[in-house]
Amino acid sequence: MTAYRLSSGGLLDRSKVLSFTFDGRPLRGFAGDTLASALLANDQLLVGRSFKYHRPRGIVSAGPSEPNALMTLGSGARSDPNTKATVAELYAGLTAKSQNRWPSLGFDVGAVNGLLSPFLGAGFYYKTFMWPRQLWEMLYEPVIRRAAGLGRAVLERDPESYEKSWAFCDLLIVGGGPAGLMAALTAGRAGLRVILADEDFRLGGSLLGETETIDGSPAPAFAERVVAELLSLDNVTLLPRTTVFGWYDDNVFGAVERVQKHVAEPSATLPTERVWRIAAKRALLATGAEERPLVFGGNDCPGVMMASAIGTYAQRYGVSAGKSVAIFTSGSSGYRTARGLVARGVTVSTIVDSRPEATEAAPDGVRVIRSGAIVDTKGRKRLSGIVIERSGFEELIACDALGMSGGWSPVIHLACQRGARPVWSEDLKAFSAPDVGGGLRVVGSANGVYTLSGCLRDGAEKATTIAVELGFNAAEASLPVIENEAEPSFAALWYVPGAKSKAFVDFQNDVHARDLGLALREGFGHVEHAKRYTTSGMATDQGKLSNVNAVGILAGMRGVSPAEVGTTTFRPFYTPVSFGALAGTSRDGHATPTRKSPLHEWARKNGATFVDSGLWFRSAWFPRAGEKTWRESVDREVLNVRANVGLCDVATLGKIEVFGADAAEFLNRLYCNPMLKLPVGKARYGLMLREDGFVFDDGTVSRLAEDQFFVTTTTAMAGAVMSHMDYCAQVLWPDLKVRFCSVSDQWAQMAIAGPKARDVLQQLIDEDISEAVFPFLAARSMVLRGGINARLFRISFSGELAFELAVPAGYGEAVAEQIMEAGRAHGICAYGVEALNVLRLEKGHLTHAEFDGRVTPDDAGLGRMVSAQKPDFIGKHLSARYGLTAADRMQLVGLKPVDRDKDMRAGAHLLKEGMKPSTLNDQGWVSSAGYSPVLGHHIALAFLKSGRERYGEKIVVWDKLRDHEMIAEVCDPAFVDPENKKLKA
Amino acid sequence: MASLITCPHCGVRPKEEFAVRGDASLIRPASSASDAAWHDYVYVRVNPRGRTLEHWHHVAGCRRFLVVERDTVTHEVYSVVDGAAAAREVRR
Ligand SMILES: [Zn+2]
Repeated sequence: MTAYRLSSGGLLDRSKVLSFTFDGRPLRGFAGDTLASALLANDQLLVGRSFKYHRPRGIVSAGPSEPNALMTLGSGARSDPNTKATVAELYAGLTAKSQNRWPSLGFDVGAVNGLLSPFLGAGFYYKTFMWPRQLWEMLYEPVIRRAAGLGRAVLERDPESYEKSWAFCDLLIVGGGPAGLMAALTAGRAGLRVILADEDFRLGGSLLGETETIDGSPAPAFAERVVAELLSLDNVTLLPRTTVFGWYDDNVFGAVERVQKHVAEPSATLPTERVWRIAAKRALLATGAEERPLVFGGNDCPGVMMASAIGTYAQRYGVSAGKSVAIFTSGSSGYRTARGLVARGVTVSTIVDSRPEATEAAPDGVRVIRSGAIVDTKGRKRLSGIVIERSGFEELIACDALGMSGGWSPVIHLACQRGARPVWSEDLKAFSAPDVGGGLRVVGSANGVYTLSGCLRDGAEKATTIAVELGFNAAEASLPVIENEAEPSFAALWYVPGAKSKAFVDFQNDVHARDLGLALREGFGHVEHAKRYTTSGMATDQGKLSNVNAVGILAGMRGVSPAEVGTTTFRPFYTPVSFGALAGTSRDGHATPTRKSPLHEWARKNGATFVDSGLWFRSAWFPRAGEKTWRESVDREVLNVRANVGLCDVATLGKIEVFGADAAEFLNRLYCNPMLKLPVGKARYGLMLREDGFVFDDGTVSRLAEDQFFVTTTTAMAGAVMSHMDYCAQVLWPDLKVRFCSVSDQWAQMAIAGPKARDVLQQLIDEDISEAVFPFLAARSMVLRGGINARLFRISFSGELAFELAVPAGYGEAVAEQIMEAGRAHGICAYGVEALNVLRLEKGHLTHAEFDGRVTPDDAGLGRMVSAQKPDFIGKHLSARYGLTAADRMQLVGLKPVDRDKDMRAGAHLLKEGMKPSTLNDQGWVSSAGYSPVLGHHIALAFLKSGRERYGEKIVVWDKLRDHEMIAEVCDPAFVDPENKKLKA
Repeated sequence: MASLITCPHCGVRPKEEFAVRGDASLIRPASSASDAAWHDYVYVRVNPRGRTLEHWHHVAGCRRFLVVERDTVTHEVYSVVDGAAAAREVRR
């Protein structure tokens, strides 16, 4: 045993023992532990295998920058892969599994990759195994994919629930360390609405691992006092366990709150995670600084950790990382950590200082080696010693934990997410935050202020400035007194020369220093190129520890300043966020709205089979006993409509009511056909074009009064037409006196079609609706028997004698039932959208299968509708251009199979007989096809080059995708009743 | 883009409530205008770096077309006005 739990101390509740498992082994920790600290306390230092070489890897950090300790938490559908043990709060019953090892963590056959490492250098993705190509696809890639990689995604349905919420505040503070807490206290006391978010489950940040005393009490106690006061302020909201992952336009921040990731049995009334969008008038980035690892030979051996992490484990979690700890440092922080460890009773044997001179004092009994360099480590699954080189002499020093301290880098990611680049600071020897204006200010060690008193002062001062800016009275903050304060200083040390084994830069992606050299030699020395070529900084930790060293090494090799090398681009997310959290409640049935027609219940009672159609849930057909296929039902419904009568739900059509003195003029400009002189009480088929001359949508326009129109659109284009009308009325013609609104949901509309339609409908209406009084295209309001206000339209999509009846949505179901009752003696049936589609196909009526955006009115055989008289309408000018009026355009035709047993399918192409399929020989396409029960064979609508001149010609219907080919005869698209006798009966 | 748009009718609203239509400086030619004028109006768009005027439709709000003046580089929004008011202004 080497790592162990100290007998006392730490911010733990030692009375609460928590049992958990790691790779099936039962272990115990305390309330207040992270999974990582509990593993360390159990001497489980080896936690994973590296990505490429499968080298044994141990815990490195005590926070979100952790590259190695990625685990799968939970089991089954509740598994969470790639979770950092260093931030995972321990709970009773937690199950954790290591990743990327096979067959076990201790024995991993993939480590043989280490022997192949000469072939796995930088750029190996691009140049190894490139030839022969087939082997890449069949062999190399699958093998590499199996060997590499991290946790596995779970394929089961995620049982967790998620939600999203907005929040608004005067001041958002990101980070609850000394600067953040002091800023929150100052702003909170001044009365600002403050939100303080911190990813940790305990607020305090570095205070929780500090050795300083503040106002005479230990740093964690000070943090506790501040938090208690903040909790007492109504205007302050504390969000622990919340990572602010992104900074977006207008000072909106994205954050994810892990509401109950830390409980074994989540409450059903709470989400597991909650995504916040926080609109903040001002924000403070108090995210602290990250200690840098050192790049030396063997630096990835388990037991080599960040020095500050060893300190945090000892101070906060009461865990010693080893029996004998050594520190490798390029600055004063290493000494400070050593002092803290010794004070906690941890044995520190040696401080290896890369600098020739230092003023810092080492604790009593600790040996200091100046101008020292570690060139190798001993031990494979656990550090047993370090090899030090000084003045050409090597020395082996035994130790079982090594802390690295290569200086500090401010954590500035959020400030750089909107395009501003980090700025190299020669003073700080680090990249610092750019000036991004007053909305987001950087404070504390994120701002390069490294002393505790400096952080507290910076937090208080910036909060005061913001309070004043926002018009609050901020009292002068009284700053606490700090004792034992240390001022860190360090020498930049990007790479430790003389490495005797691999010196890793990026632990998670297995990038070592020589990979960067190779990238530079092969012409990929630009920081963005080097990143992609070596994959340095591309792992799930996004190079939080490694990036600055990679930049420093590139700068050293190129002989320039890190400022010249620059950094790669910072983008959200700061740390990975689960897809579930981002989806929130938008999943399953909530992903898109399900729109049900006001006649839905009527259709359900009549046994409808429903289909998803766009946003709608529509009745497709109404099967009856004995019908085995959908075709049987559809054929019966079609024949019954043609012979008797049927009722169909058409309530999904877009419906828009248009009012105003200029309503007629407005519609006249919207449609390509004339609308100005449409008589009151009449309906008209209307065609809207786009400005480029192609058909946009079709529908009916009914004039209910001089200044009142009722317009329908197709179901699919209802939203687009409404937006188009908004644009035309507001932007193009703002002076027209017209108002309109969508009434799609207000009216239940149904089609009553068939030779007996009038007989059925007349039973519900006192007024005379005979052909003489209410002829084809009549349209007006009327009152149904019983007093329901309705609108009746003599329009027909089926080609039969037909009415469309609209009643207020709430009456739809009752009226439909009445009609079915009245129609019983006439053999009425309910018919669905499938039968409706066959009926319109037989009649040659068009849908968006025909109006696909490439079709002009003339292509569709509707050229005569386009008004030549109107001075202007949408699409007028460009519909007259040459390309749209050419005689060899694809024109609408009908198709009948020559062999009547053959079927045709939409999407097939047309070819002249004997011609090879090619783009050049393409004669057109089939837009809609189906079986006509009236004709007893399949029919199709198609667009054929100069098609209207070619009736009677035989044409090949070619569908290579479905391996289908047949001969069809070109004909008039109106297969049934071309003279419109039935329509006008 | 922008995260928040201050609609002159509805107040500060999230961008998800809007649909961006594009260049708000276009003026629809008369139907008798030249083919070239119509070609420019329907097909040709500039892709400005910096200040630009755009129509944003407040689809999930007041349904008004707004003219949003914003910067394509910094994403700063300079002004938001009602589209009909702006169209009348241009015509004057
Ligand atoms: Zn609005």
